Amino acid sequence: MRDFVLKAVPFVLAAFIFPACHGSTEGPQKTQTLQIKGSDTMVNLGQAWAEAFNKLHPKINVAVTGGGSGTGIAAIINGTCEIAESSRAIEEKEKLQAKAAGFELHETIVALDGIVVVVHPANSISHLTMDELRELFMGNIKRWQLLGGQDRPTVLLSREVNSGTHIFFKEHVLRRGKSKGPEEFAPRALMMPSSYAIAEETAHNENAVGYYGLGYISPRQKVLAVAKDDRSPAVAPTIDSVRANTYPISRPLYLYTRGDPTGIVKDFLEYALSPEGQKIVRDTDFVPIK
Amino acid sequence: MKLSARRIREFVIEKLIFLSGIASIVFVALIFIFLLREGISVLKTTSLGSFLGGKFWYPISSPAKLGILPLILGSLLVTAGAVLIAVPLGIAAAFYIAEVAPKRWRTILKSCVEVLSAIPSVVLGFLGITVLVPFLKNVLHLPTGLTAFSGSLMLAFMALPTIITISEDAINAVPREYKDGALALGATHWQTLYRVIIHGALPGIIAAAMLGIGRVFGETMAVMMVTGNAAVIPHSLFEPVRTLTATIAAEMGEAAKGSSHYFALFAVGIVLFIISFAINLTADLFLNRGRKR
Repeated sequence: MRDFVLKAVPFVLAAFIFPACHGSTEGPQKTQTLQIKGSDTMVNLGQAWAEAFNKLHPKINVAVTGGGSGTGIAAIINGTCEIAESSRAIEEKEKLQAKAAGFELHETIVALDGIVVVVHPANSISHLTMDELRELFMGNIKRWQLLGGQDRPTVLLSREVNSGTHIFFKEHVLRRGKSKGPEEFAPRALMMPSSYAIAEETAHNENAVGYYGLGYISPRQKVLAVAKDDRSPAVAPTIDSVRANTYPISRPLYLYTRGDPTGIVKDFLEYALSPEGQKIVRDTDFVPIK
Repeated sequence: MKLSARRIREFVIEKLIFLSGIASIVFVALIFIFLLREGISVLKTTSLGSFLGGKFWYPISSPAKLGILPLILGSLLVTAGAVLIAVPLGIAAAFYIAEVAPKRWRTILKSCVEVLSAIPSVVLGFLGITVLVPFLKNVLHLPTGLTAFSGSLMLAFMALPTIITISEDAINAVPREYKDGALALGATHWQTLYRVIIHGALPGIIAAAMLGIGRVFGETMAVMMVTGNAAVIPHSLFEPVRTLTATIAAEMGEAAKGSSHYFALFAVGIVLFIISFAINLTADLFLNRGRKR
């Protein structure tokens, strides 16, 4: 028994050493890594791109992490990542920081994000203005007839606070685009753990109103058209209306790089904008730009 | 020589068993110390009074509102509802299985109870969201079926196996002479059950109920799926509530490490730990009383 173990040792050691030798013999084509950081909304999109990109270029490892758009932009200015994902345009302050660090941030819009407002199919409401939505989700409109609908209570469905969609809806609809406003979702708003839970509840409950990404639309819920204000026409959320920027609850999604992209960074950006990359955009519930 | 080898072996084994024995104590202590270390920092951003007594939970706003009163009340309400459903049902089922059911039924029922305890909570939650929630809404004419009551029903299901199994053991542990004596004095079967056996088994039954409550209080997944998670102070069982456990589960993944939100979630963990600990301690006290008798 002991003899066997002693004899086996070199083989076991060899098994560990061999792959290492194998790896180092391929010197010229050694693996490169690409760090992508930023928006939590875009983490899944970035991850999906990274996986598909890695299949085409097995020698390039792409690491995608979240943390928020601000974190990503800070990281690219500090040089700890190559590409920053952001669900907002960079601020003037960040432009100056980049300039101080010796470069300009290069901006690429890679996808669009549209949030749809959904109700039960039996709800007679078919469109609302941004102000009505704001009052509704802040809990100031407690019954549907105040909006011209049936005599029923309103049940508000929101995503949990950890969701990028929750934050976007709060800042864009409740706070009218000001990220630090005092407005909040009504305390009685139900916090749903997933878009699935919101879809399920709006399909079964004629009092409910909820919101989620454009990709989640199904015939089991009624999608509301939204007007910017009382003078503007209500626009239904579609890929076209989001792309034309006529649907009010939408935003572009950006990738930022240090100066003009080169090398593997350029390859990755080109992949994201390619038909294949844009198909991934659609698959992860965002709106492709092409 | 041989003897000392045996002694060494004895010694090693003894120490290993000792280590295994105290491991759980060490783990509990370490967990509590860790929770305390992370959670205590919440007091830098909010006072103890406004943390435990605050009525609004807006953890990511600036300034954040970190009041967990609605969460504590939500957890207590869901638990109370589940206990009201599960405890009478569980004790009655235990009596039926232990004292009334024919032998063949007894084995079938016992294995069914075991199967019930094996259903994962996420599966129950899934059934809850697709079947129970729309059903309750339509039958009770509620604005929404995502209420504390839905959570209580789900949790009652989960607590039943614990309550039934432990109560049944307690009933079986009542000395046979008690029953024989009661019957010999002319008591009917029912009188024997609720005048004699229930007294003998009471500490065990209370312990069963307490352990069931502990199970209910700490449950997360099914509750998060069916209670609506609205952080409001509830006024009845038929309103949405947000529990302590669901709050941690829903928010911990995205809370930035070192933020006041992160510390607040650990502090919620401390509150949860203390309440669960109190429930289990009570259960233990009753179990011990039962044994001493």
